[in-house]
Amino acid sequence: MRHLLSAGDLTRDEALLVLDTAAELAQVSGRSVKKLPTLRGRTVVNLFYEDSTRTRTSFELAAKRLSADVVNFSAKGSSVSKGESLKDTALTLQAMGADGVVVRHSASGAAHRLAEWVDGSVLNAGDGTHEHPTQALLDVYTMRERLGRLDGLRVAIVGDVLHSRVARSNVLLLHTLGAEVTLVAPPTLVPVSVHTWPCSVSYDLDAVLPKSDVVMLLRVQAERMHDAFFPTAREYSRRYGLDGERFARMQDDAIVMHPGPMVRGMEISAEVADSARSTVNEQVANGVSVRMAVLYLLLGGS
Amino acid sequence: MTHSSAAYLIRGARIAGGDPADILIRDGAIAEIGTGLGAAGAAVVEADGLIALPGLVDLHTHLREPGREDAETVASGTRAAAAGGYTAVHAMANTDPVADTAGVVEQVWRLGRESGRCDVQPVGAVTRDLAGAQLAELGAMADSAAGVRVFSDDGHCVSDALLMRRALEYVKAFDGVVAQHAQEPRLTENAQMNEGVVSDRLGLAGWPAVAEEAVIARDCLLTEHVGSRLHVCHVSTKGSVQILRWAKSRGCDVTAEVTPHHLLLTDDLAESYDPVYKVNPPLRTAEDVQALREGLADGTIDCVATDHAPHPAEAKETEWATAAMGMLGLETALSVVQHTMVDTGLLDWAGLARRMSAEPARIGRLAGHGRPIAPGEPANVTLYDADTASDIDPAALASKSANTPFRGMRLPGSIQATFLRGVPTVLDGKIQ
Repeated sequence: MRHLLSAGDLTRDEALLVLDTAAELAQVSGRSVKKLPTLRGRTVVNLFYEDSTRTRTSFELAAKRLSADVVNFSAKGSSVSKGESLKDTALTLQAMGADGVVVRHSASGAAHRLAEWVDGSVLNAGDGTHEHPTQALLDVYTMRERLGRLDGLRVAIVGDVLHSRVARSNVLLLHTLGAEVTLVAPPTLVPVSVHTWPCSVSYDLDAVLPKSDVVMLLRVQAERMHDAFFPTAREYSRRYGLDGERFARMQDDAIVMHPGPMVRGMEISAEVADSARSTVNEQVANGVSVRMAVLYLLLGGS
Repeated sequence: MTHSSAAYLIRGARIAGGDPADILIRDGAIAEIGTGLGAAGAAVVEADGLIALPGLVDLHTHLREPGREDAETVASGTRAAAAGGYTAVHAMANTDPVADTAGVVEQVWRLGRESGRCDVQPVGAVTRDLAGAQLAELGAMADSAAGVRVFSDDGHCVSDALLMRRALEYVKAFDGVVAQHAQEPRLTENAQMNEGVVSDRLGLAGWPAVAEEAVIARDCLLTEHVGSRLHVCHVSTKGSVQILRWAKSRGCDVTAEVTPHHLLLTDDLAESYDPVYKVNPPLRTAEDVQALREGLADGTIDCVATDHAPHPAEAKETEWATAAMGMLGLETALSVVQHTMVDTGLLDWAGLARRMSAEPARIGRLAGHGRPIAPGEPANVTLYDADTASDIDPAALASKSANTPFRGMRLPGSIQATFLRGVPTVLDGKIQ
C-alpha cells in the first residue's frame, strides 16, 4: 500500500490490519507519555484546502505521536491563496522532501491527482463528494469495538448520501468487511445509479430503524432545500431526523454514530446526540488511533 | 501561395475507395481523371494504395482567435486542419470578443484567407455576447464578406424557448441554420461528467442525458412549427439518436453531428480524474457509443464534426472540477472515424466521404467544398493511407495545444497529402 485514496482500494486483510494496528496503537494514547519513535525523521505535510479543524488536528496528533515532523499547510495565508495551482504546490512539497501528504480538498479526485505528482505517500483526508477513507476506517473501528463484530452487522446510513464522501467510503469498506448496509434518504439525496452499489436503499427510516445494529447519521446542510432536494428543514427532520421517539424504537444495544460536525435539531436531536449509545466522542478518539495506524503502515517501512 | 498555378498528377489513388485512377489537377481544379494519364509538366504524386477523399469539412472548430491565442490561432489551427485532411473549417463564435458582429466574423474570415492552408468559414453567435438574452445581428453577419450561414452559441445552449423560436424563424431570410448546443442549463449546473455509475462512484456532479435529449426534442418541434432548419451539435446519447430518428421520420428539417471522441471514448476514462477526458457534452457509456455509430451509419446523424477545442496545459493540469472542457480533434478525426466506422464495417469510404465532406458542406451552405472528385470540380483532395497505424503523440501535433484524449492510443491511417484548390497544404505527410 503506497497511498490511501479510496476505501475501496483496501482488501479485507489490509483493512483488518489497519484496525488491528490501530487497536495496538490505541494503548499509547492511554499512557502518560503518548509517543512512539516510529516515524522519527519522517515529514508529514497536512495540506488542507478546506477548513477542518477536527480532521487536521486528528492527523496532526497521530503523526506527532509517531514522532514525525509535521507541517501544516493550509490554503489560507499561503501561496495557494495567491493562485498557485495544486500541481505547483505538489512539486513544492516534493522538493521539500515530504514523505507523506495528507490532503483535504473540495474537488473530488484531488488526492488522485496529487498522487501522480509527488513521490511520497498521499492520504486522502476527504476529497469533494468522493471519499474520506480514514473516516470510514475509524467508523468501522468504533463499530467493532462497541459491538464486537463487523460480519453481518446491519448498518443504516441516513442522510445526504448524494453529497457525502463519508457515505461512499463507508459503503465500500463495510461491504469489504461483510456488513450489510442500508442507505436511508429522500430519493433526491441518493445517486441515480445507487442500485449498482453493494448496499440496499430505503426511503423509510422508521422501517429500517428496528432492524439496524448501527445508525449512522450524515450531516445535512439546511441550504440544500434551496436546490429543491427537500422542501424545508423541518420536513427533512420530521421524516429523516433521529429524535427521542425514533431512538426509543431502536434495538437496545444499537448505537448511533455521526461523523460530525452535527446539526442538532436537524438530523439528530440533542438527547440522542448526548446519550450513552451515541459514539460521537469515541469516534473522535478512535480517529487518532486509526490515523496513527494508517501513517505507520504507509510510512513506517524502511 | 507561390505555386498555385502548378499542376499535379496524382497516380493510382482509389477515389473514395474505388478502383485506382489518376487525377490531374491544374489551375486549382480537377482537369482530368483516368488511367495512364500523362504528366505533361505536372508534378507527379505517387498515390499507389492511397485513398483519395474530397477535402474534409469541419462544421465545428474552435480556433480561439481572437482572445485565446495562447491555446490556438487561426494560423496554428488551420495547420492542424490541413494536417488532418481538412480543406475547410467552421470557426465557432465563442471567441473574445464573441463573433457576434460583422466586424469580428470578417476578422476571422480574413485571418483564414491569409493562412492559406484551409478555408475558414466563421460561425456567428445567435445571441449577443452568447448571453442568451437578445439576438445578435444575424443579418449583418450573413451579409458581411464572411457570408455567415451557420449560427451557434456553442458552449452555451439557447435555452430560452422563445428566443430559439425567433432565431430559427429569423435565419430563414438568408437560408441560415441554427446549430444548437443542446444542454438544459438548470439540469447541468456545475455538471462535471456523464451522470451514471461512474460519476456516482467518483463523486463528480452528473450531466444527465436527459438534459441534452429534452432540448433536442423541443427544438425539433419548434423547427417543424416554424418551418426552419436546425442543426444539432455534438450529439452524445442514445436517446438523442432516437429522438432525431423520430423527428426526421416526421419530416423535420434537422441535421446532426457527432464528434470522433463520442464515437470511441466512454465515461469510465474519468476514473483517472485526468481532465484530458473532460469535455462538454461529456463522454457517455458504451451503449451510447454504439447507438451513435449506428446513427451515423444509417444517416440519422448526418456528419462528423470535431469540436476541436484546444486548451493550454495549465487548463488541464489541475483538479477535474476546475479544468477546462474540451479536446483536440482535427488531426485525429479521420483515423478515429476509420477505426470506429470503416474498420467495423459500418461505413464504406464513400459513406465516410459523405459524412466528413459533402454533408457538412451542404449543411453549412459552403460553396466549393464537399464536391465529388470529378473533372471540373475544385481540386480539394485528401490522400489517405489507411493501411498504416501509429501511436498518437501529443507533442507531434500541429495544434498549439496538446490536449488530445487519444494520447498513446494506436490508431490507423495517416494523411499523406491535402490539396486546397490545387495547392498542396500537406505533401508527403508534411505540412507545406
